[in-house]
Amino acid sequence: MLILYFASLRERVGTGEETLDVPGDIVTIADLANWLSTRSEGHREALANMASIRVARDQVHVEFDAPVQGALEIAFFPPVTGG
Amino acid sequence: MAPTPSVSVQAEAFDTGAEVAALTAGRTDIGAVVSFTGLVRDLTGDLEAMTLEHYPGMTERELTAIAEDACKRWPLDGVRVIHRYGRLTPGDPIVLVVTASAHRRAAFEAADFLMDYLKTRAPFWKKESRHGTAGEWVEAKAKDDADAARWEKGEKVQE
Repeated sequence: MLILYFASLRERVGTGEETLDVPGDIVTIADLANWLSTRSEGHREALANMASIRVARDQVHVEFDAPVQGALEIAFFPPVTGG
Repeated sequence: MAPTPSVSVQAEAFDTGAEVAALTAGRTDIGAVVSFTGLVRDLTGDLEAMTLEHYPGMTERELTAIAEDACKRWPLDGVRVIHRYGRLTPGDPIVLVVTASAHRRAAFEAADFLMDYLKTRAPFWKKESRHGTAGEWVEAKAKDDADAARWEKGEKVQE
């Protein structure tokens, strides 16, 4: 599964994308974020405060209780500031 | 029939006049065109550059979804949205929204709606570089969420 990070999260994690085999017992996006947090200190810092993070599953905004399995790509990013 | 919105995410600058002309070319049923242009502003006098990051693919899909939503809410005859990414400097145009309708209120309200939704849903992030400092990400504003929430109360255009 392709995991994407944008803006400040990308900088904290140290990469914009990584392709990972997500274990089958990872059910929700929140589970995924917790699992990713164990990968490095940067991941942990980037994903520590879920209330301040937005997430998209296959390029559609979703909440942290959305399912992970079956997705092609999951993106984590801060609240948007375009315009 | 609802128009097909035209959406671009690009590094290049845009020509507002040319975009308005293209949207209204050959049309005699359009009575109102509203265009909004967002510029890089420098309120403190020390902004060196603003760099915009986006999510290729999702950005285009999200802008199109927002524009299609506007077409459902108002009787529009044309929608054009352009959002730039990359490094921009003070005074540069960042975003263009053009709406065309038979009536001005629909065009005004739809343009306002598009900007509110774009600012809260389209995956763009701004980083400001000030003279003598490292770049800092711009934080999302609660005001933008409040602005977007206005449209959830079922406000409808009055013809």
